[in-house]
Amino acid sequence: MRALVCVKRVPDSSGQVVLTEDAQAVDGRFAGFTISDHENCAVETAVQVSDDVTVITVGPAEAAEQLRSALGVGASAAVHVEAEPKDLGPADVAREIAAVATEHEGEGRGYDLILLGNDAADSGDFQVPIRLAHALGRPVVTGIKTVTVEDDHAVCVGDGPDGGSETYRLPLPAVVAIMEGGVEPRYPTIKGRMAAKKVVIETRALSGTAMGASRVQLTLPPPVPSNVQVLGEGPEAAGAVVDLFARLGVLPG
Amino acid sequence: MILVFVEHGPDGLVDTSLETLRFARDLGAAGGGIAVDAVGVGIAGFAAELGAHGVRTAYDVGGDDVAAYSGSGWAAGILTAREMAGAVVITGAGTQRGNEVLAHAAARVDAPMAANVVSFSGLAPFVVTRQVMGGAALEDMRLGHRPAIFSVAGHAVEASEIGGSAAHVVAVDPLLRPEDLVARVVSTAAGEADQSGNLKTARVVVGGGRGAGGPDGFGAVDELAGLLGATVGVSRVVTSLGWRPHHEQVGQTGSRISPELYIPCGISGAIQHWAGCSSSKAILAINTDAEAPMVTKATYAVVGDMHEVLPAIIEAIKNR
Ligand SMILES: Cc1cc2nc3c(=O)[nH]c(=O)nc-3n(C[C@H](O)[C@H](O)[C@H](O)COP(=O)(O)OP(=O)(O)OC[C@H]3O[C@@H](n4cnc5c(N)ncnc54)[C@H](O)[C@@H]3O)c2cc1C
Ligand SMILES: Nc1ncnc2c1ncn2[C@@H]1O[C@H](COP(=O)(O)O)[C@@H](O)[C@H]1O
Repeated sequence: MRALVCVKRVPDSSGQVVLTEDAQAVDGRFAGFTISDHENCAVETAVQVSDDVTVITVGPAEAAEQLRSALGVGASAAVHVEAEPKDLGPADVAREIAAVATEHEGEGRGYDLILLGNDAADSGDFQVPIRLAHALGRPVVTGIKTVTVEDDHAVCVGDGPDGGSETYRLPLPAVVAIMEGGVEPRYPTIKGRMAAKKVVIETRALSGTAMGASRVQLTLPPPVPSNVQVLGEGPEAAGAVVDLFARLGVLPG
Repeated sequence: MILVFVEHGPDGLVDTSLETLRFARDLGAAGGGIAVDAVGVGIAGFAAELGAHGVRTAYDVGGDDVAAYSGSGWAAGILTAREMAGAVVITGAGTQRGNEVLAHAAARVDAPMAANVVSFSGLAPFVVTRQVMGGAALEDMRLGHRPAIFSVAGHAVEASEIGGSAAHVVAVDPLLRPEDLVARVVSTAAGEADQSGNLKTARVVVGGGRGAGGPDGFGAVDELAGLLGATVGVSRVVTSLGWRPHHEQVGQTGSRISPELYIPCGISGAIQHWAGCSSSKAILAINTDAEAPMVTKATYAVVGDMHEVLPAIIEAIKNR
């Protein structure tokens, strides 16, 4: 069972977001870069179901850092399609990953399972997995939390729209987009990090002309003026809180 | 014509689909009176509700092949309806399922797609504004292709009835290929009983987020909610991690609440969460981070560890 996991280098969005001067991208120099939680779970899922995991990214030279992290937690090979992120739209990324998967398959090292994140933490396009599956002519499901491989099938379980769960049984090869929450991503061990350093990353150029993302510009939502009244700090604020409850008429009795 | 993919539960259309109908109507009006039609699987029974929300024709995709959900099969149904109706725009709610179905449709007709749109700023060229960076930034995106395909972020607009007569129902027999049904739901398991109705009408909501620390971190949240006769609401992180059931989720992909008082504890106040709680009359945020968006946007705040602050509040209520 060979698995391919797709990861994207994205600016960390947990802190203050700063735009580049031309408003075409998020300036990640201050916040730092990472991959999304969904993708961390995709890497973990891949490592759990396969002992032959390749990780791929389409992105700038610095994205090698994200490939090394995945190698550090159990992937054994990495492919880097070098490209300027602002030139890429989701259709471009899907086409590039499909080109690599198809070429590797021709060389007798195809992938039974391709895992991605449900949506990228920066562009949130919700479509690379589906476009990739269409390009490869493979079945695809998104929003999946757990994957188990039974013979030549992947049993995939995700949340249903009504809060229950839904199960799919996909014949391999298949494409699956993972949603955070089904598995707990592991931390790299020292041994894992050392091994990751030794892997030679397969570096490639774009296979076709990028169409781009039709981005006009990015903007930041206007800051909401803060009128907050701080009632206090820590448990000492409890009295003030209960007074507030009394004023608002929400206390029992 | 604007074609809206609508989702429904047993009792009616889901709120985010009704909001998307509103968005589509506004877009149609801006475009000089473009009609809004709906497409969905098994929507014939909702013709009256669809009509009340401005839908002229309801394309009801039916048949055994689409009874169980498959993204590709349902997208085939949408595209069959699109052929029948001649739509220039295909849209739907930015739910997990909505985004999945629309992405399949976009991939099949080789059109771009914009996920989680909140507004449109121009018609020629058609430019939409959508959430990126988890809502921390907005992107203006050109959608020149026809059909223009996009999903509408939950609670970006408010649903409203315009009291039209029942939609005209047209049965759609989807043009399917065998491969469209390979990735199909083979079994479902019910979640916990859906109590989200309580959340939408609650007078007081006590919220819990990642700051709760784990599934066992909600003891004081539950206890305070019990004392105040309140309902518990949580962030998506909490439901994604499986700490609490999905029906408790507040936000863009959860319930929209409008209580007298909302008490979010350990919730950062990401834009998608805010989308579901911004109509609260008053907000009391409890958070260790005085700079968290939930704190700065709140009416009142206590800066501190929820695991210390909540027990103290509970104690103080009991001692009153
Ligand atoms: C398309 C899309 C749709 C989404 N829909 C939703 C939605 O419907 N609802 C939703 O909620 N989210 C939604 N999200 C996710 C959203 O972007 C955030 O990731 C999520 O709301 C964050 O949850 P949180 O506040 O619990 O966690 P975090 O952002 O991690 O925040 C935790 C907070 O807890 C505080 N904290 C930590 N420890 C303590 C403590 N001991 N005591 C007090 N405070 C503490 C921290 O200071 C921080 O502010 C959506 C995202 C996307 C991309
Ligand atoms: N540039 C990229 N390189 C590798 N994988 C990507 C890239 N962009 C998106 N992906 C994958 O596709 C998933 C969904 O992304 P998106 O459709 O852009 O929201 C991400 O979580 C990644 O797993």
